[in-house]
Order: sequence, then structure tokens, then C-alpha cells
Amino acid sequence: MKLIRNVLVLLLSCAAPALAAPDGAKLFAQNCAACHGENGTGGIGVPLSLPSFQATVDDHYLVRTIRLGRPGRVMPAFTQFKDDEVAAIVQHLRSWYHGKIPHYDNKPVRGNAQHGAALFAKNCAACHGQQAEGGHGTGVTLSRPRDLPIMAPSLHNAGFLAAASDAMIKHTLVTGRDGTPMVAFSKKGLKDQDLNDIVAFLRSLEQKSPAPSATVLSTDAAILAMDSPYDLKTTIENVRKAVSSNNFVLIREQALNSGLVADDKEDQTQHIIYFCNFGLLNKALATDPRVGLFLPCRITVVERGGKVRMLAVNPKRLSRIFNNAELNEMCDQVTKMYTAIMEEASL
Amino acid sequence: MKFSRQLMIALALLCCAGQPAHADEMLIVRSAQNFEDAMSTLQAAIKDQGYKVTKVQRVDVGLEAKGYKTDRYRVVFYGKPGEVEALAAQHPDLVPYLPLSVAIFAEEGNTILTTARPNLLKQFYPDPALKPVFERWEKDLEKIFDTVRETK
Ligand code: HEC
Ligand code: HEC
Repeated sequence: MKLIRNVLVLLLSCAAPALAAPDGAKLFAQNCAACHGENGTGGIGVPLSLPSFQATVDDHYLVRTIRLGRPGRVMPAFTQFKDDEVAAIVQHLRSWYHGKIPHYDNKPVRGNAQHGAALFAKNCAACHGQQAEGGHGTGVTLSRPRDLPIMAPSLHNAGFLAAASDAMIKHTLVTGRDGTPMVAFSKKGLKDQDLNDIVAFLRSLEQKSPAPSATVLSTDAAILAMDSPYDLKTTIENVRKAVSSNNFVLIREQALNSGLVADDKEDQTQHIIYFCNFGLLNKALATDPRVGLFLPCRITVVERGGKVRMLAVNPKRLSRIFNNAELNEMCDQVTKMYTAIMEEASL
Repeated sequence: MKFSRQLMIALALLCCAGQPAHADEMLIVRSAQNFEDAMSTLQAAIKDQGYKVTKVQRVDVGLEAKGYKTDRYRVVFYGKPGEVEALAAQHPDLVPYLPLSVAIFAEEGNTILTTARPNLLKQFYPDPALKPVFERWEKDLEKIFDTVRETK
């Protein structure tokens, strides 16, 4: 009897690591800390460790926010996690907080959305935007000065509206978020019915099609490619000229396998041309420093079996992975420029 | 009623293939090290996984030379000798995404590193022959980023 129990205990203890609950702290460090800070104190997006934030959101809201993200507002949708991993992350977020965790029901708050819209324009739009699209800059200039106020989140965002219950939104309006620019509107002369009207207005935004600030560009092609009627040398020369005439500066050229093989082994039939428009680069990095990943701009000229092709990544397709609507226009613009350069070079 | 509408929207968000950006498309980590230290940790971790750093693009130096203010910002290119050439020969459309790269930039006393997940390339290049390559890169990259994140 005793032996069996001991064996069982032993077996269980061996199996334990395999059955171990997901490590919320580690998952947070791997997936969230880069933006929200090691201890949730902020960086991009709102500080998650603030007691006034934790006191207004229920676990359901946190779970849904992690799952759905905020389309077009940088906060990614974490679709790949298992349910227990999301639960572990939420538990980790809650480890920073020792107050009471609210629970909300799904009862809709009834109000006059039209009156709510007028109140919103007067009391909220200055921070949250005319269309409730949220503050600009998305807070993603990661190295922005820390004394700047926390950016107001987007409230018309489908991810937010699907995560937040009416009761949660109302509670946030009543109490505000201490330690952030979001004040308690119950103390600002708005009556209970006014708050209901504002909630009804925000909820009504769910039926509108997403505004440009909450959309992601869609295109499927991962690359832009064009055949050249010229030989390799002429095509390279043409790309150089087209780069300059499209207001870019040539930065450097190299073989694709440069740095991987000895200089005399480099394959000159795969030729990379790097170029840059520093004004555009500066603007792009200020909007979202992550885009530097695909910079400097680059066109590769490849010769195979006597045929010459020009190839580039498709910035419009890549814009989607950043989930930042403020980049859409720039990515679209660079896609057009790449295409223009290739067209010009093959004229 | 309201609840089911919320549910519908949630489902729509989850289902529309590719509509919202998925976290599985980008990796972004924070290192507690300053820029110089994080840069050497990164380069050492890349080598430990059997890759070679082919070039460090000094984006900050370029910007400053043109009169723009910027914090430290570099792009590190890396690849495996032999592998990059073989892939480029067999899959010429892959060339724009070769070699691999990581953006690394200062964030006050910390450093942020970011890159596209190699698994993203599975969507771009559905060729089954490439799948194991992208998956190996993904694993290696996760190890590289874990090392950078954990090195204090
Ligand atoms: C002075 C700027 C300012 C004003 C005015 C303002 N807010 Fe906010 N609001 C913020 C900030 C900043 C946050 C993020 C707070 C945080 O870090 O938790 C916020 C958060 C919120 C949230 C929670 C959303 C989320 O994703 O966490 C709601 C809902 C909200 N505000 C609604 C309103 C409404 C409705 C009004 C008008 C009655 C209003 N706010 C007025 C700045 C403002
Ligand atoms: C690439 C940067 C980034 C990453 C990575 C990221 N977030 Fe966010 N997060 C944001 C931004 C930006 C917002 C605010 C969106 C807005 O302003 O509309 C946000 C908002 C949130 C909110 C809503 C806060 C509120 O006031 O309602 C929660 C909760 C949250 N994130 C949790 C997480 C968790 C947990 C992870 C990791 C699993 C994570 N985030 C990863 C950028 C990020």
C-alpha cells in the first residue's frame, strides 16, 4: 500500500514538469514587456500595473484584449496562445495588484447615443479624438520622453469594444483612472444619465465600419518583382538612376552573399542596391521605430539564365505585421515608390 | 442581444484571415542592458546559433549625418554561409527577405530588439520544402531573443 503510494508520488513528481502550469511571468516578459515595461509600468500603451487601471477592468476584459488586440493600434492579437497561457498572463498582471477585482455583467447600459455624441465631443474628444480614434503617435516612439502624459486609447476600436462591457466603460467614467489624464467624470458635473448616454454612444460605434485609424492594409503579394529587358549591368545602372530621380540617395551596394563568403567568392549576379530618403526614414521611425527592420530601402537585381529581374519586399503587405494604422500611408507610399523605380529602370 | 453582437464581432475579429495583425508575426523584446552591451549579446547569440553577422547597418549614424536627431539605432543582418546562397538559387523569390535581420535600438537605459518572425515567411512562401527551414530559423531566433532578454 505504502509502496504503491510512494511509487505514485514518484511518478507524479516526474510527470510534474510536463504538466507544469504555464509561466505567466515568463510569457509576459517574452511577449508584452517590450511594450508595456518589465513591471507593467508602461512604455507604449497604458501602464498595466496602475491600481486605478486594475480596479476598473475585469479579467474577462484582459483575456479578450489579449486575444483580440486592438486592430491598427499596435497592440497585437495574441491568437497563438492556449487558454491556460492567457490565464497565466492575466494572473501575472494581477500579481501587481492587491485591491478588489471588479466583476461586470453584460447588461447593456441604456442611454441616448445622440446626446452621448454631443457630450463626447465636448468632454472627451480633446484627448480621445473627434471620432474616438485615440491619441496620435500611438505612443510607439519608444524612446519618447517619459514625462509626456499617457496617450488616450482608441475607443472606437473593434478590439476595445468587443472586450469592454458597458458596465466596465461606465465604471471607468465614474471613477476615472487615478494617476493618468483620465479623470472621474462623475466629479466633473456629468450626471448619471449623461454617463449612460456616453456609453450608448460609444457602443453605437461598433456598428460603423472601421475608421482608417483602425484598419490594416490588405494585399497578398509578399514581394514586388519586375522583369528587366536589359542585361544585368545596364539594369543596375538604370536602378541607380531611377533611385536618384525618385528622391532617394544611394547608400551602398553589395552581393547578396557578401559577408558570408570570401570577397572573391561573392556572387555578382545577385546584386543588392540599398538606398534611403532620410526625411521619410526619420518620419517612419518617429511613427514606429519597428519599421527600421525593413530599412534601408532595397532593390535586388538578379540574373538567372540570361534573364534579369528586380525584386523588393512589399511594404504594403508588411505594414500589416506592425498593426499600426499610422504606418499605412507611409507603407503604401514606399510600395508605390519601389514600383515606380522598377518601372523606370525597365523603360 | 448586445452580448451576441459582441460575440459576433469577436468572432469576426478572430476569423477574418489576416485582418488583425497577429502577434505571431513579430517578435519584440526588451533587454535590460544598455545599447552597446545588448548589441554584443545579440551578436554573440547569433553566432552561438551557427549564423554569421554579415553587416551592421548604422541607421543612427546615417540620420545624424543628415542632421536628424536620433537615439542609437542599428540593423543587424545575419545568415548561414551556404544556406543563403542555396536558398537564393532554388527559390529566387525569397531573395528580398535574405539575409535575415534584427532591428536594435536604445530605449532609455534599455534596448529594444525587434524582427519579423521567420514563420511569417510560411504564409508568403507556402512551398513545403521551405517549411522546415523557416521553422528552424524561428526556433533559433527565439533562442537568440531569449538569450538577449535574459542576459542582465
Ligand atoms: C485629459 C485627457 C482625457 C479626457 C478629457 C478623457 N480621457 Fe478617457 N482616457 C484618457 C487616458 C490617458 C486614458 C488611459 C488611462 C490609463 O492609462 O489607464 C483614458 C482611458 C479611457 C477609457 C478606458 C479605455 C481603455 O482602453 O482602457 C475609457 C472608456 C475612456 N477613457 C473614456 C473617456 C470618455 C467617455 C471621456 C469623456 C467623458 C474621456 N475618456 C475623457 C484620457 C482622457
Ligand atoms: C507592440 C507593442 C505591444 C505589445 C507587444 C503588447 N501590447 Fe498591449 N497595448 C499596446 C498598445 C499601444 C495599447 C493601447 C492601444 C490604444 O492606444 O488604443 C495596448 C493596450 C493593452 C491593454 C488595454 C489597456 C487598457 O487601458 O484597457 C491590455 C490589457 C494590454 N495591452 C495587455 C497586453 C499583454 C498582456 C501583452 C502581452 C501578451 C501585450 N499587451 C503586448 C501595445 C502592445
